[in-house]
Amino acid sequence: MVNVAYLMLLFPLAGFLVLVAFGRRMGDPVAGWVGTIAVFGSFVAACVVLAGLLGLSESHRVVVHDYFTWFQVGGLSVPVGTLVDPLSMTMCMFVTFVSAFIHLYSIGYMKGDRDYTKFFVYLNLFVFSMLLLVLGNNLLITFIGWEGVGVCSYWLVAFWFHRESAASAGKKAFIYNRIGDAGFLVAIFLIFEKTGTVQYESGPGGGIFGQLPHLGGGTATAVVLLLLLAATGKSAQIPLFNWLPDAMEGPTPVSALIHAATMVTAGVYLLCRMNPVLHLTGTGAEVVAAIGGVTSFVAATIACAQQDIKKVLAFSTVSQIGYMILAVGSGAYIAAIFLMVAHAFFKGLLFLGAGSVIHGLHDEQDLKRMGAIRRYMKWTTVTFTIGYLAIAGIPPLAGFWAKGDVLDNTYAHYKVLWVIGLVTAVLTAYYMSRLEILTFGGRPRFEQPGPQGEPALAEPHESPWIMRIPLIVLAFFAFFAGALDLPWVHTHDLQSFLAPVFGVDLYNDHLGDSPLWYLAVADVAAALAGLIVAVWLWRGDEVYQPALEPAFLQRVWYWDDFYDTIIGRPSQRLATFCAWVVDSRVIDGAVNGTAHLAKVTGTAARRLQTGYARNYALGIAIGMALIIGFMLSRVWWGG
Amino acid sequence: MSLSGAWYLGLAAVVFTIGAIGLLVRRNVLIMFMCIELMLNAANLTFVTFARMLNDIGGQAVVFFVLVVAAAEVVVGLGIVVTNYRRRATTMADDMNALKG
Repeated sequence: MVNVAYLMLLFPLAGFLVLVAFGRRMGDPVAGWVGTIAVFGSFVAACVVLAGLLGLSESHRVVVHDYFTWFQVGGLSVPVGTLVDPLSMTMCMFVTFVSAFIHLYSIGYMKGDRDYTKFFVYLNLFVFSMLLLVLGNNLLITFIGWEGVGVCSYWLVAFWFHRESAASAGKKAFIYNRIGDAGFLVAIFLIFEKTGTVQYESGPGGGIFGQLPHLGGGTATAVVLLLLLAATGKSAQIPLFNWLPDAMEGPTPVSALIHAATMVTAGVYLLCRMNPVLHLTGTGAEVVAAIGGVTSFVAATIACAQQDIKKVLAFSTVSQIGYMILAVGSGAYIAAIFLMVAHAFFKGLLFLGAGSVIHGLHDEQDLKRMGAIRRYMKWTTVTFTIGYLAIAGIPPLAGFWAKGDVLDNTYAHYKVLWVIGLVTAVLTAYYMSRLEILTFGGRPRFEQPGPQGEPALAEPHESPWIMRIPLIVLAFFAFFAGALDLPWVHTHDLQSFLAPVFGVDLYNDHLGDSPLWYLAVADVAAALAGLIVAVWLWRGDEVYQPALEPAFLQRVWYWDDFYDTIIGRPSQRLATFCAWVVDSRVIDGAVNGTAHLAKVTGTAARRLQTGYARNYALGIAIGMALIIGFMLSRVWWGG
Repeated sequence: MSLSGAWYLGLAAVVFTIGAIGLLVRRNVLIMFMCIELMLNAANLTFVTFARMLNDIGGQAVVFFVLVVAAAEVVVGLGIVVTNYRRRATTMADDMNALKG
C-alpha cells in the first residue's frame, strides 16, 4: 500500500489540470467541489499510505520509489521519486487534511467572486507543490515544490490584484522568498560538490546521509546556514519575515492555507529533513535556535499592537514558527513537528474563524470596529475561542502540550532562549486574549460610525454551513491534537513514530521526567498571566489605548522602514542615477557620439568628391607620381 | 641611319606627358578622350621599343591587347558621351558633376 504514494500527488495535479481545462465551464460552485474532492482524494490516499507504512516494522519505514529518471549528467542522475517515511507522512497527513477543509470552506467564502474558478486552480496547484516538496526523495524535487508553493503564494496573495496593496504584497512575498531560495540553491550546490549526490538516502553511496563524512564541519555549518536562509524566507523568520503580514492581502482561506498549514512550515520541514547535517554542526544549530527564539519574541511583541485581525494572526504565525525553528535548533525535531501539526489545526481554525467574522461583517477587518460578535455568530465564537485557548497554551488543549514540549527541550539546551520563549508565551496569551476580547467581547462597535467617519456596518450574520463544518472539525482537532504526543505516553505516539527518522541518539539529552512538572507549571503560569493581564487591561469599553499600542510595535519595529532606508531608497537613487546619468549621458552619449563622429568626418570628406573628372584625374596623376618617385628613390639610394 | 631606342622612349614620354596634361587641363570630353588615346599609344610605343631592344616578342603581343581594350573603351566611352549629349546638350566635363559630394 505504500507504493501508491504517487496517488497523493496525482489527485491535486489532476484537479488542477481538470480545472484549468474545464473550470470556466463548470463555474461556481462545481469547480470548487472538484478542487475540494481532489484534495480529499489526496487525503484518503495519504491515509492508505500511512496504514501501509504502519504495517511495516519500525526499521523498514523508509520507502523510496523512483518512478523515472528526470535527467542524467555525468555522474549525477536525478530521479523523480517519492520518499515515504514517518516524517513525510506526518506532513502529508495534516497538509492534505487541513487543506481539504480549507478547500471546503473556500466554496462558501469565495462564492460570487469574479475569479472563482481561478482560485481553486491555484489552490490545487498549491497543494500539489506542497506535497511534492514533502514527498520528493531528493533536493531538486523538493526545490521544485519549494518554488511551486512560492509562485502559487504569489498568485494567491495578489489574487485581488486590482487592489494596489494586494498586487504589491504579492510582489513582496515573491521577492522575499526569492532571497531565501538563493540560499537553498547554493546549499544544494555545496552538498552536491561535497557528496556528489542530491538524493536524501537513496541512490549510490546511500545518498547525502550516507556521504556525511564528506561534509566537513565547516561545510556542514555553511550548508545549515544557507538552509536557514532558505527557511527564513519561506517560513517568515528574521530577517525575511516582513512579507507574511503583507500577505494577508490575499483572501482569508489563502491566509489559512499558506500562512498556517502549509507553506510556512516548509522551512521547518526542510531543516528537519536535513537533520543529520544539522547534527554535524553545533554552531549552525545554535544560530538556528537563536533566530527562532528572537523571531518568536519580536513577532509576539508586534502582534500585541496590530489593529487588523488578520495581521495579529499573521504575526502570531511568525511567532509560532519561531518556536518551531527554536525547537529544531535545540535538536528537538519531534517537538517542532508536534507543534507544527498542532499549529496547523489551531491556526487554520483561527484564520478560518477570522474569515468567518470578516465575511459576516462585510469585509471589515479592523478589530476596533468589531465587538460583541458573540451575540451574532455563535458557532464562530465557540470554535474560535477553542483555537484561541489552544494557541494561548491553556491545558489541556493542543497548544499547551506542543508548546510545552518545545520549551522543555529549549530549557535543556539554551536557558536564555527558554526565558525568551517563556516571555513569548506570556505575550502570546496576551495578544490572543486582546484579539478575542476586542472581537467577541464588549459592545457592538460596528453599529457606530468609524473613527474616520466610516459608515456604521450592517448587523453581522453567521456564515453558511459549508464554512461552519471546517471550523467545527478543526476545533475538534485543535482541542485534542495534544493527545498525539503526551509526555507520559511512550508508545504509539508521535514521538515513537518519528524517532527512527531522527535517530535515537539525537534524543539522548532529552530531559528526564523530573523537571517536567515544574516546567509545565511555568508554562501554565505564563499563559494565565498573559490572559489575566489582557482581560484586566482591555476590560473597559475604551478600545483606543495608544499607550498599549506604541508606534514602535505598530510599525513592526521599523523593520520595513529599515529595509526601505538601507535597500529601497539607495536602490531607487541608484536607479535614478542610472536613468539620468548613466543611460542618458554615458550610453546615449556613446551612441550619439558615434553618429556625430561619422557625420563630422563625412562632412569633411565630402569636399573631396567634387564631381569634376579632372580632379580625379589629378589625384590619379599625383598618386602615380608618388609611386614612381618612391620606386626611383629605391633605385637611387639602393633600398 | 638608325635611331637608338632611347629616342623612341623619349618620344613616348613626351607624347604621354602631352596626353596627361591634356587630360588634366581640357574640359571637352572628346578632347579628353583623344588625350587618353595619346597616353595609350605612348605606352604602346614603349612596349614595342622595349620588345625590339630586348628581342622579346611579348611586348608586341601586349600591344594587341591594349589596342583591343582601347577600341572597346572608345566604344563604351563615346556611347556615354553621345547619350549624355542628348540629355544635356553639352560635352563639357565640368557640367557632368552629378556625383558632387
